[in-house]
Amino acid sequence: MPRRVLVLHAHPAPHKSRVNSKLFAALAGLEGITRRDLYATYPDLLIDVEAEQALLLEHDVIVFQHPFYWYSSPALLKEWQDVVLAYGFAYGRQGNALVGKMWLNAVTTGGGKSSYREGGMNRFGMRELLRPFEATARLCGMTFLPPFVIHGTHQLKRGDDVGPHVEAYVRALCDLRDEKLDPLKLRRHSFINIEPQATAGGEQ
Amino acid sequence: MTLADGGGDLLGQTFVYLTAAVVSVPIAKRLGLGSVLGYLIAGVAIGPFGLALVGEEGTDVMHFAEFGVVMMLFLIGLELRPALLWKMRAPILGQGGLQVLLTLGAVAGIGLGFGLPPSEALVIGMMLALSSTAIVLQTLEEKGTSKSTVGQSAFAVLLFQDIAVIPMLAVMPLLGVAVENSGDPLWIETLPGWAHGLVVLGVVAGIVIGGRYLARPVFRFIAAARLREIFTAAALLLVVGIALLMGAVGLSAALGTFLAGVVLADNEFRHELEADVEPFKGLLLGLFFIAVGAAIDFELLANAPLTVAGLVLGLMTLKFVILFGIGRVFRLKLPEALGFGASLAQGGEFAFVLGSFAVQSQALPEDTGALVIVAVALSMLLTPLVLLFDERFVQPRFARLIDEPQTSPDLALNREQVVIAGFGRFGVTLLRLLKASGFEATVLDTDAAQIEALERFGHLAYYGDAARPELLEMAGVGQARAFVVAVEDTEKTYEIVRQAMKHYPHVPLYVRARDMAQAQTLIEMGCKVVERETLGSALELGSEVLTGLGVPANVAHRKARLFRRHEGRMMRELASLRGDDHAYIARARLRSDELERLLESESASEPIDGQDVAFDVEELLREVRDDEARG
Repeated sequence: MPRRVLVLHAHPAPHKSRVNSKLFAALAGLEGITRRDLYATYPDLLIDVEAEQALLLEHDVIVFQHPFYWYSSPALLKEWQDVVLAYGFAYGRQGNALVGKMWLNAVTTGGGKSSYREGGMNRFGMRELLRPFEATARLCGMTFLPPFVIHGTHQLKRGDDVGPHVEAYVRALCDLRDEKLDPLKLRRHSFINIEPQATAGGEQ
Repeated sequence: MTLADGGGDLLGQTFVYLTAAVVSVPIAKRLGLGSVLGYLIAGVAIGPFGLALVGEEGTDVMHFAEFGVVMMLFLIGLELRPALLWKMRAPILGQGGLQVLLTLGAVAGIGLGFGLPPSEALVIGMMLALSSTAIVLQTLEEKGTSKSTVGQSAFAVLLFQDIAVIPMLAVMPLLGVAVENSGDPLWIETLPGWAHGLVVLGVVAGIVIGGRYLARPVFRFIAAARLREIFTAAALLLVVGIALLMGAVGLSAALGTFLAGVVLADNEFRHELEADVEPFKGLLLGLFFIAVGAAIDFELLANAPLTVAGLVLGLMTLKFVILFGIGRVFRLKLPEALGFGASLAQGGEFAFVLGSFAVQSQALPEDTGALVIVAVALSMLLTPLVLLFDERFVQPRFARLIDEPQTSPDLALNREQVVIAGFGRFGVTLLRLLKASGFEATVLDTDAAQIEALERFGHLAYYGDAARPELLEMAGVGQARAFVVAVEDTEKTYEIVRQAMKHYPHVPLYVRARDMAQAQTLIEMGCKVVERETLGSALELGSEVLTGLGVPANVAHRKARLFRRHEGRMMRELASLRGDDHAYIARARLRSDELERLLESESASEPIDGQDVAFDVEELLREVRDDEARG
């Protein structure tokens, strides 16, 4: 049975986004992939917890697609975590609604890849900076997948530059949906997209 | 019973004309021939050479109906702001001037070649240089091409022709034997030349100044009476008055009302004026076309068919060639130049006026005049057919040359993106928000004082009843990206919404509702976005009160938002249950209980308002303490 994928998109200024919005738009109409634009759904930042929890229950792979703001997600996605991943639902003795589901961060950063490393401008690597998400997923009993990261969006100007990234994103999500990607084997990789040969084939 | 007799005669005539129009115009439209040809054929049918239902008085009817042309020019003026007109000066003078001079010269030259005396050749040249404003503009508008490049060029030429009529009428007596006994001379003709000029200048200045400074307070005063028919009467009075004034100083009435229209184009009452005059214009213009059809002298055609046919063919070919050349010189694309030539190749209604005037002043022998007029009338009759031919068989060949329906930026009416109907205490805030976010809005309201206030602050606002479909059309609702109905009156709201849904189902509607009941009715009618007028502000204030009572500000705000979300859902749900009182009340009760629970989150053990819970949950604390005790 194919996995059901939920993409939670959080971008407070989609009209200024050059890459992130294109990634989200490319998913439109794909079977088995549910798109949810959080800022459009909750313009007043008031999240409908019940509706969000119901959606989580209906899906197997939860994708958090967002630009990297201050080494984290935009505020609404943090609010989403605070209120939707509630005690008794996502964690705590009775809170096991999300156990076994997969968690994927799909992140775009303005800075280039070389700046996200020890000694680089941002001092830390992406995997390190995404630890809070990883820890959250772990506490909820979810499998944290190697993130999908696009670096250097400030440098991507023409549509040609963005195209391959969009393709890689669509392919990754479709492969997750079609069970072509095995989460256990993915664990060996730092990122789901930066080493495409290793991930696309799946088997090693 | 003279009254009854007279009335009967008038009614009988009206009956004949209306029947002819009602029968033939829809048929012509259905056959794709356009309304103008329908009217013309109706005229032929009821004329002396058809069923002979109308006779001599046809000429009188035509004089009366010429007023339709005057009204049309007034309406065109209303659409043309002075700045826009100024931008068009090059095509008006260039294309228009060239067309009139070249055609006049060519016709006169040919006339001389056929051995006509120079004065007669010149008179015929003047008559034939003009095209038919009425037929061309009406046809273009019906085809929806009046804003295209061809439409704009045609309009520029027609405008120049309308101006050119004035000097033509002035020189006519000089070309003939001056006749003093053709009735009383206009008082103005008794004045010396310089005084004449001064009077004319004074009248034009009067229209401009009056339109700019006097029209506004006068219309406002009339509008304050809130009687629609009186406003209509005022609009008609304005047009008739200016036409009379222009006649008195010997200027063209059409030109005068056009000028008045341009002056009033910036006026907030513009849309209402348009809506009021429009139906009269349509009917009178129709009447005019019928009269033209009825006036075609088929006897002359039958007596000299070859001569007349030659004249008509020669006239149209000559005009077409000249227009086509001008079009190409002015950089029209090949298909555009062809369309431009085809649309203006006929003779015009002014030829009738000039013709009768020329015969009167003996500048032209009567039989020659009649011949020219028959040729002109037939060319007018042929115009819709020529345009149809152009549209069906010529333009498709060039389909690839024209990328999109081209709109010239000069004259593309600057329709605003948003139209707001109703401007009270509610609309004002809405408008300010839109403006502050960089969107333009057109405002319609029936309160002249509000409109005035809006204008003072530099907003676009028009006086008028937004429930009138004509007004909605003119305010550009069809092209708007949003139509906001923000009037206070409940019944009026329904009326406007009904009109908008009927005529513009594609335009997103945003509606202000007075209360829950009205909001539900609007939802039932199919409105997607309905906002109760006091809900938002009451909740805002309520949230302030909660904060004052010690509820944390963000929590108070959140409660207000939750309340609002819940209300919105309940309203939609209950709207579907209306009519079934039992179910309605039961559901309403259930929902209000739910809301109470939702808002009581602080004390609730189950996290309904999840946001309040986060990590400060009693149970979580207990769990942690248990673990510690065990560990």
